[in-house]
Order: sequence, then structure tokens, then C-alpha cells
Amino acid sequence: MITFQNVSKSYGRKLVLDNLSFEIKEGQFVILIGPSGCGKTTTLKMINRLVKPDSGEIYINGINIMEQNPVELRRGIGYVIQQIGLFPNMTVEQNISVVPKLLKYPKERWQSIVRELLEMVNMPYEEYAHKYPSELSGGQQQRIGVLRALAASPPIVLMDEPFGALDPITRDALQEEVKKLQKKLKKTIVFVTHDMEEALRLADTIVFMDNGRILQMASPEEMLRNPASDIIKEFMGRHINSRGPAELYVEDVMRTRVLKVPKTLKVLECLDRMDRWEVNSVIVLNEDDTYAGTVQLEAIQEHGKVGHEIGELVSQDTPTVSRQCKAQEVLDQLLDSPYKYLVVLNDDRTVAGLITRTSLTKAIGEALWGAKS
Amino acid sequence: MNFIEFVGRNRAVILSSLAQHIYLVCISVFAGILVSIPAGILLSRHKKAAEKILAVVGIVQTIPGLVMLGIALLLFGVGNTPALVVLSVYSILPILRNTYTGLTEVQLGLIEAGYGIGMTSSQLLFKVQLPLALPSIISGIRISTVYIVSWAALAALIGAGGLGDLIWTGLSTYNTNFILAGAIPSAILAFLFSGLIGAVQRLATPRGLREVKHDE
Repeated sequence: MITFQNVSKSYGRKLVLDNLSFEIKEGQFVILIGPSGCGKTTTLKMINRLVKPDSGEIYINGINIMEQNPVELRRGIGYVIQQIGLFPNMTVEQNISVVPKLLKYPKERWQSIVRELLEMVNMPYEEYAHKYPSELSGGQQQRIGVLRALAASPPIVLMDEPFGALDPITRDALQEEVKKLQKKLKKTIVFVTHDMEEALRLADTIVFMDNGRILQMASPEEMLRNPASDIIKEFMGRHINSRGPAELYVEDVMRTRVLKVPKTLKVLECLDRMDRWEVNSVIVLNEDDTYAGTVQLEAIQEHGKVGHEIGELVSQDTPTVSRQCKAQEVLDQLLDSPYKYLVVLNDDRTVAGLITRTSLTKAIGEALWGAKS
Repeated sequence: MNFIEFVGRNRAVILSSLAQHIYLVCISVFAGILVSIPAGILLSRHKKAAEKILAVVGIVQTIPGLVMLGIALLLFGVGNTPALVVLSVYSILPILRNTYTGLTEVQLGLIEAGYGIGMTSSQLLFKVQLPLALPSIISGIRISTVYIVSWAALAALIGAGGLGDLIWTGLSTYNTNFILAGAIPSAILAFLFSGLIGAVQRLATPRGLREVKHDE
């Protein structure tokens, strides 16, 4: 469906794409991954002509895209970008209906599209259609970003690190939704990420790039089993060894993207960040970045005073564990305790991450049945 | 004769000067808008040239009003025309600069998103860039207008009339009443215009850009 033939591109003297040739089949979820500067985003943006190749050809369904009108080409390809892709001056409905309107769909048609799409992600039309992006949480905004890309039912959707800025829990949920949508709507999706976990979870085919070349293009299973080079092995990290659950350590199962705030942060600012991350508890750090404790949303709601520092509300009740602990021991602790998570500390008492019931279950599941759910 | 009596007796003259003053301000700001918004759009697409052009326009702005009026007098003679030309030139810079900054401050991600989903550059301009730049543009118009209300008082010197007529008459005859009858209305006029345009600006700010609130 999408074919790259000997595509090269340089910025100044730096060669970003080096004679790239590959093919993406219809209905596949393809993930471009690799270290930063490997050319994955450049490759993606060439598909909708936001970046022009220096040499080589790109075909979509056998048609050379350089011979197509770029505006028409782009209207037939969904596009989701990281973070701020939504137009802040337009409501949710206006944002989703941008492309249908550009394509001059009649009003009834685009309105029913907006309704249907919002329903698909469980955001009722009546409640959300007339809100502005600034009135939504980060996760909701990016859901709308995805819907906008789907609105004119393009056969191809491009996604440029769409979930990079979201917190882990929201990201998990959105990945799940996108995977479901793709299966249901049978889109060809080209997706850029630098997160191997995301790639293993979503992709039918992973394209691993480095220095403007493809090092390996394979299914997640194949890549896990036979990584073609050391860089890929390194990227796969903990996913690659199919260790049994008995050999899992805390550091293998923790989440590393967690909301940490300094003790001196004001209560309101802290609430604001928690809202943006869509979390109801937060890890508080001392001045030297060591772990001070946690604060629950309820504690802020009950005792928080405007203008006071969050440090005053810190509780030390949440259990902590060392990252070298066995996951097995932690499981018991997590199941027995009333807490929904444990804080993982490094040897110097800085925070390494969090273990939640979900992250632990997932890691054990992967260890038992392989990485792909 | 006190000021109140003076106003009562010269009501007709004061009102007609006021009307002429408003006329001068409106026409020249309007001309300024017509020139500077398209010019601002053009500059926002040629950023390298833009800085130089804005610098040149900035220099023109620093030429004293009297000098400009003198030049205009030589070129266009006496009356409304030279005054309108000079005032229009003065009204350009604030609007031009604010249009330019408003447009160039639109986040690059949004522009990329716009092109990426298939907007043409004019669709992007009218649906995204201009609505987002509008508050800044209107604030430029507000600055210009307040500015021109005071500059227009000078226009009386080359026979364009307006409240300046009363002020200059007062100054040359040591008549405080005349000065006040020109100065007070022009001060009020500046306040009114500023308030009015401020209100328009609030209305024109897209709702999504106003104060962020979460109702969850």
C-alpha cells in the first residue's frame, strides 16, 4: 500500500535517510522506532509530503505521491501529532469536523460522524462536543486528536509519538483504544515512537531504524526472538529475556514515568499537575531529590490550604521497596496492603518508579505468556 | 465667563470640532488597518525581511509629527488630505507589529497539524492563525487609536480642523476655556475608544483561549 523506493534525505550535510526502501501492507499497524535522530519522524512526514525526499520515490497504492496535489493527498491521510495538535480556537466538534468540512461534506453527515466518533471513545456528544481543548484533560485532548484523524475515514493514519506526553495510565488506556479502533476500522497505521513497550504492544510490524537506515523490519515476536543487532537488543531491554516470573525484579516491573513534585510546591500548583497527569496521588521529594513521602488527593481536599506547601501534607504510609527486590515478594506486599501502589527507591533513596497492581500483573503476564497480550 | 457658560455658548463649534476629530481618527485608523493587517500577514511569511521592514517602519514612527505634517503640507497642500495621510502612516506601526507578532506566535505544532490534515495556506490563515492572532491584532488597533486621538490634535495646524483647532486657538489667545473645550473632549474620546475596543477584544478572543477552567 505504501512503498518507499530508494528514498534519501539530508539536512545540510547530515544524511537523515539513507537510500530507504520498504513496503507497508494494507491494514497493518506499523511502528517506526529507533534512537532519536534515526530518521523515523522524517520518514513518517514524507508519507503526507510534509517533508520532501531529496531522491527516491514514494508510492501509495501505486501512485507516486509527488505527482499528487499535496492538499488532496493529506486530506486522504489521517495525521495525529504529539501534544498540541488541536486547534485551541475550535470546539471539540469543530476540531473533529475540520477535514470533513474541508472535503465539503454536508452538515448532517459531518455531525453524525462527530457523534459516532465521540461515542466510540465514550465521550458523550452532549457533554463534550462544545467544549474547548483547554477544558479537557491531556488524555481527552489526545483522544480528540485521534478522532480528528479518523473523521474523514482515511485508509491511512499517521501518528507521530501521539502518546509521548501522557502519563502511563492514560497512555495505556489510549493504546488500548487505538488498537481496538484499528482492528475495527481496518486502517493502515504508521506510528512513530521511541518506546519499545508501546511498539511491542501495538505493532503488527516494527521497523527499527538507526542513522537513516532500517536495521530490522519484523513482527514483534520475531524481533524479540532474533534481534538483528546490539542496538535493537539494547532497546528491547527487559523484554528480550524470556525470564520466568520467579526471576523478575522490581526494576523489571516498575513504571518509571511518575509524577514527582518538590516539597516546596504550592498546594494549588500540585493539584493542577495532578489534574494534568490524571492521577490521584503524587510522590514528594526533598530538596536533594530523595524520597519524602506521598500525598493523596483526599489529603489535599481535606487538609490542603491555598498558598501552603505540599510538604506539609506528606504521608509516609505508602510502602517503599528497593529496585533489587524480587517481584514475587512485592506481589504479596501489594496484595496484602491497602495501598494501590508501592514506591520503588534507588540505593541513594531517590525515586526510581512505582509499582502498581496493573504494572505488576502485566509484567508477570508477559513473563508467562510472552510480551504480546 | 466660566467654562460651563463658554461651552453652552459655543456648543455648535465644539460639537462640530468633535465630529471632525472623530472623523479624522476613524478614517486614518481604518486606513491603517487596511494597510497593516495584509502587510502583517505578508511579513509573517517572510520573517527574515520582516525584522528589517519593521525596523524601518519604527524609524518613520520616530519622526516628529510636526515634521511629518510639514512634509505632507508640501506634498498635498492644506486640509483633510495631508492630515489623513500623516495620521494613517502613524497608525500603521502598532497594528502591523501586533499582527506580525500575533501570527508568528501561533505554535508551530498547530501550523504543522493544519498543513498535515490538508489545509491550504489560506485556510490555515483564516481558520487558525488569524483567529488565534485576533486578540493581539485588536490590541494593536487599540494602541493606534488612542495614539491617533492625540496626534489628530496637531492636524489643526494644517487646516484639518478637529478639537486641535480649539486648543490652538486657546493657546494663541491665552484663552483657557478654548484649551479646555478642546482638551477635555479629546481626553474623553481617547478613553471611550480604548474602552470600546477593549470590549470588542474580549468578545473576539476565542472562548478556548480565555481563562482556562476545569469543571471536573
